[in-house]
Amino acid sequence: MTAVPALDRGRPRSHAKRRGSRRTAKHPVAYLILSILALYAIGPMVVFVLASLKTPSEISESPLGLPGEFRWDNFATAWVEANMGAGLMNSVVIAVSTAVGVCVIAGCAAYALTRLDLPKPGVFILYLLVASSLPIQLFLVPLLSLWTKIGLYDSRFGLIVIYWAIYSPFATLLIRSFLIAVPKEYEAAARIDGAGEIRVFTRIVFPLVWPGILTAGLVAGLQAYNEFLLAVTFIQDSENLPASISLYSFQQGFSPNWALVSAAGLIMVLPVLALFIALQRRFVEGYTSSGMSG
Amino acid sequence: MIKTSARPPARRRRRVARGKLTAWLFIAPLLIVNVLVIAGPGLMSVYYSFTDWDGLDQADFVWFSNYTDLIGDPDFRRALLHNLLWTVFFLVVPMSMGLLGAFLLSRIRRGQLLFRVLFFIPYVIATVVSATVWRQILSPTSGIGPALSNLGIPLLDDVNFLGDGDIALGAVAFINNWQWWGFLVVIFLAAMQGIEPSLYEAARMDGAGAWREFWNITLPSIRPTFMFLSLMTVIWSFLVFDYVYILTQGGPAGSTDVLSTVMYRAAFSEQQAGYASAIGVMLALISAGTVCGYLYLRRRLRWDI
Repeated sequence: MTAVPALDRGRPRSHAKRRGSRRTAKHPVAYLILSILALYAIGPMVVFVLASLKTPSEISESPLGLPGEFRWDNFATAWVEANMGAGLMNSVVIAVSTAVGVCVIAGCAAYALTRLDLPKPGVFILYLLVASSLPIQLFLVPLLSLWTKIGLYDSRFGLIVIYWAIYSPFATLLIRSFLIAVPKEYEAAARIDGAGEIRVFTRIVFPLVWPGILTAGLVAGLQAYNEFLLAVTFIQDSENLPASISLYSFQQGFSPNWALVSAAGLIMVLPVLALFIALQRRFVEGYTSSGMSG
Repeated sequence: MIKTSARPPARRRRRVARGKLTAWLFIAPLLIVNVLVIAGPGLMSVYYSFTDWDGLDQADFVWFSNYTDLIGDPDFRRALLHNLLWTVFFLVVPMSMGLLGAFLLSRIRRGQLLFRVLFFIPYVIATVVSATVWRQILSPTSGIGPALSNLGIPLLDDVNFLGDGDIALGAVAFINNWQWWGFLVVIFLAAMQGIEPSLYEAARMDGAGAWREFWNITLPSIRPTFMFLSLMTVIWSFLVFDYVYILTQGGPAGSTDVLSTVMYRAAFSEQQAGYASAIGVMLALISAGTVCGYLYLRRRLRWDI
């Protein structure tokens, strides 16, 4: 019963394959080099995934080989031992709050810059460009002292506020570029009908620029999830540690248990990978605009 | 006549004033968090760099002595040298790999999207995770060295990539490159896709090979992107922190120290926050100087870059 459809499907597939290989044959060297580069990009991840399913002794006996038996319980052990459960929860809270906050802050600012009667928007844009290119190292030490004084040190909210500040300038410029592309006539018509600014923003402008806002939010959320320097500096209490810092402490030491470390690392990466593969076009778009703004 | 024309301006002025207020309200959250986190502490850093601040309360004005100390500090000078080596590495290796990957991708049709996703995956992985991946692969007890000697190739048997001061900096840079180059592929590819196809057709009519097409058409066409990314590479190379801190903490014996790790140590383990602020200000000046130097070459000397 299964054989017949399989045979049926087999023919067109092999036909497609032949056509594909003919096109591939046009650039054999290109495909060869690209495959080597892909191996370089993905190979280490494969080793990592395999390590997370082995025993420590299997890793030291054959570091790159297949596991004798898939040890899924490494993940359960790492979840508890490396504190990845709590870490993941904290990271998700931090990333989502950062993304939402950045969207609101940057969305409002971009709206003011493009649509509202702001004096000298050019000065603000210059300030944004300067603020987004100042190194964290410049303000790190006084910021820590300030945060300690006003009680924001060692709290997730304190870290989130910092992320809002450092990721908003770029998001503002990104959303602004989307807003510029929307014709102002739409809003003018709504204002003539007596709509207030907030109504104009939520009903007319937002539906047209949400792809830009979503991209800005994704980029900010991912950056917050992966961020290291600020997280390691501003969070101390193990209850508030994000996954990145839980993993960092877990892999320290001269010879850690690599099986559990790999499992803990994968726990941190899998949500991001799933989100990236689902929304890769939007991610790439967001990062591309950050790299090409020159 | 006068009455009717006098009323609208007053109303308009009121509406303009209200419009200005709305505009300020909309941009206020951005300004508040920015001043609180970046501008305020940034300016405080400049002030503290002229003091002997310990990070708590005590801060006496010492004028330029932090800066003169920096110039004489062998740790600082070694770290600066490492940052310069790092800059050269990142201007050469990832840029070449990014250009190569993007150029090849721009010439194929089948599988372009798949390769692009595969190359970009390391970039979305957290620094801590990719550092961990490579710490294991380069581990002298359970990494590639023992794996090769199991296969009868005892080439890397006694190589301790991250523990040997002579090669540790290169190993850390190699690991950072693994995460970085795929990003460059994606950006370069986006720029290359904007090139007019007729340019390539004309070159092909002249019988140009792939190499000449790259050199004469692709590279000149993406020059703005190329220059922007080079500029960013220089700036980021002076700010590198994560990989060094996670993998080696600047060791062994300072052989991987960079300016940021020296600063971090000064601020948080040696209680020399004033000195650390001076390093922070230096880093900001290096970034600003790079941008200004680039703009100067372009605007004043009219270099075509």
